Amino acid sequence: MAVVFEKPKALANVPLHYCPGCTHGIAHRLVAQALDALDCADNTIGVAPVGCAVFAYDYFNCDMQEAAHGRAPAVATGIKRVCPESVVFTYQGDGDLAAIGLAEITSAAMRGENITVIFINNAIYGMTGGQMAPTTLVGQKATTAPYGRQLVGQGSPIRVSEMIATLDGATYVERVSLHDAANVNRAKRAVEKAFRRQIEKKGFSMVEILSTCPTNWGLSPVEALNYIIKEQMLPVYPLGVLKEE
Amino acid sequence: MAKVLMKGNEAIAEAAITAGCRHYFGYPITPQNEIPEYMARRMPQVNGTFVQAESEIAAINMVYGAAGAGARVMTSSSSPGISLKQEGLSYIAGAEIPCVVVNMVRGGPGLGSIQPAQSDYYQATRGGGHGDYRMIVLTPASVQEAVEMTVQAFDLADKYRMTVMLLGDGMIGQIMEPVDLDAVKTLMAPAVEKPWATTGMKNHPGRNVVNSLYIQPDVLEKVNERLEAKYREVEREVAAHEEMMMEDAQIVLAAFGTTARICKSAVRMARAKGIKAGLIRPKTVWPFPYAAFEKAAEQAQSILCVEMNMGQMIDDVRIAAAGRCPVSFYGRSGGMVPTPEEIVAAIEKAVK
Amino acid sequence: MEHRIIVAGFGGQGVLLIGNLICHAGMEEGNNVAWLPSYGPEMRGGTASCSVTVSDDEIGSPIVTQPDICIVMNQPSLDKYLDAVQPGGKLFINSSLIKPTRYRDDIETYLVPTSEVAQEVGNLRTANMVMLGAVAAITGVVKTESAVAALREAFGERRAHLIPVNEKAMALGAERTEKV
Repeated sequence: MAVVFEKPKALANVPLHYCPGCTHGIAHRLVAQALDALDCADNTIGVAPVGCAVFAYDYFNCDMQEAAHGRAPAVATGIKRVCPESVVFTYQGDGDLAAIGLAEITSAAMRGENITVIFINNAIYGMTGGQMAPTTLVGQKATTAPYGRQLVGQGSPIRVSEMIATLDGATYVERVSLHDAANVNRAKRAVEKAFRRQIEKKGFSMVEILSTCPTNWGLSPVEALNYIIKEQMLPVYPLGVLKEE
Repeated sequence: MAKVLMKGNEAIAEAAITAGCRHYFGYPITPQNEIPEYMARRMPQVNGTFVQAESEIAAINMVYGAAGAGARVMTSSSSPGISLKQEGLSYIAGAEIPCVVVNMVRGGPGLGSIQPAQSDYYQATRGGGHGDYRMIVLTPASVQEAVEMTVQAFDLADKYRMTVMLLGDGMIGQIMEPVDLDAVKTLMAPAVEKPWATTGMKNHPGRNVVNSLYIQPDVLEKVNERLEAKYREVEREVAAHEEMMMEDAQIVLAAFGTTARICKSAVRMARAKGIKAGLIRPKTVWPFPYAAFEKAAEQAQSILCVEMNMGQMIDDVRIAAAGRCPVSFYGRSGGMVPTPEEIVAAIEKAVK
Repeated sequence: MEHRIIVAGFGGQGVLLIGNLICHAGMEEGNNVAWLPSYGPEMRGGTASCSVTVSDDEIGSPIVTQPDICIVMNQPSLDKYLDAVQPGGKLFINSSLIKPTRYRDDIETYLVPTSEVAQEVGNLRTANMVMLGAVAAITGVVKTESAVAALREAFGERRAHLIPVNEKAMALGAERTEKV
């Protein structure tokens, strides 16, 4: 009997703790599929963030380090400098990467560290209970923006991928989304490409993945995919390759 | 090799390379800039890595990553920068990663001054970061001792899987003295295996995870109990001190690092005046050599603690003395350095 | 034997090098030595100084506040250190730049025409070596040969050709120095 579907080998055989409908599970799967496709899990060191993906060190079948909030790119830099022939990746959310860790991600990209960054943008802090993120949309409600994010005083969302793409050290930056099957497939190709480019020593690569947070958005999973990502996020965070050299 | 003249900062950097350190991550701050500058020049010559990080926070987290991957790693900074590193130091303690951190202390609090001080004693010995943790803290008083302690620091870090801090001050960093770097090679301990390091699963059985998160309280409590047992072992094995003219000392000076060498001048001057002065110099301030001071408190009329701060190590001296003899204090702060004459005056006041 | 020395002047006058060479020469002669530069705000103002200790015993405090040998290369340094010199100590004044208005009678004061001598030997940049030559010859803190050897090491092969003119500057410095 032909196997038509199976769990990626690089994904650990443990139940994930994510909320129903959260797209972290899909994003994890894409990373694991890439490690399988490139047959490099036994030579990979991942760096987990602080945020919803804090337990990611238990979910991948490879060596992992757990970083302090926002510092994953610095930790990855240290690992990569010791193990230049290993595959090193960070998996970070938007609070981690775009707020407290903005200096670390920017500087790692500036240095052209040959690492892969998986950036999950769901426009909110999930783990701590739905606070406003730098990526939160104008008008979007959060527990620390109960009247919706205000342009005056709270500003408009930061587009990290566009910013990182301006740096010479970043050689591949793409924004993808997980809101439907076609886009998941595009995301899969982007993630795999980001890892492949690292193996080919092409320098810093980052894939921004637009994701959902049904729990903190207060929506059903399907509404989250259709309403927020498709209708609200895509106009602010256009998909596509921002840079490929 | 004969002795060479080297600045403390540069000698520490070279000693780190001698000890097998090939990864250095740092950020500029006075008065320790010669360390990153030296590493930037020297690391490429020994196939090592120098990264000027975007901040002290990033630097200590690069240390976390690199040391977690099994390398001998060092960073250095001075007081305000060490404050920024506290986050990383706490994580490193929690994940039990070995590393070496140099603090060339300058006057504080805040931006303070850039002159020598010892006002980071509490931060170094009590833990400036969060959680129940300790660092081994070595306090060199000369350039030769600084290089010896640098080599020792890497060995202790690997042995106990913890941070070893070299606690100097602006003067130890800037002073140039003769140093014998070959001699320190004989001090090196055999390399320690690091089967826990994240080097990729092809290099070891199973998965390695470097982590300080234990979400279940009962599990974390067990971790803390294990760490505590390790710290007790370090207290038994690592505490070190030097004594000077203690046989008949009636007034005992307590001082570490730069201040201790100034106190040596003061002890000689006091002896010339007929005062029976002696000195106990902790070479480790955590673990603190309590036993030496317990003995001194039995023997002496009083203890005079001399520091370049407003009185921090005196807490440990008082713990040791436990009321058996009076403990007084003389200190200068803000980057002011006590002179031997001032200390002699304080001795005379204490013996009155 | 313990000499506690301050060398002070404008940045660029080679005061740190004078201290460094005394230190180096002292070490080669088998003594304990320590050299501590001033660093920080005072450097920004254009003045530089260093403390040097040469001793046959263990060196305690490396900070010199009351020197027995004091070398001042500019007027602000003289103003700052004149009263700091230990009674019986020796004060060396760069008389090319400094016109002292006050002398202490409890110390020995020497006037060293550094620029004139440097001009005479044909290299203005040797002015600090003129001073070092005078200090070595008069105080004996280090031997002149040891100071030259230290300079040779500091210069390396690339600047070895400059050794003779510096040696000449040191010798002439010792000769032209006047005791007040």
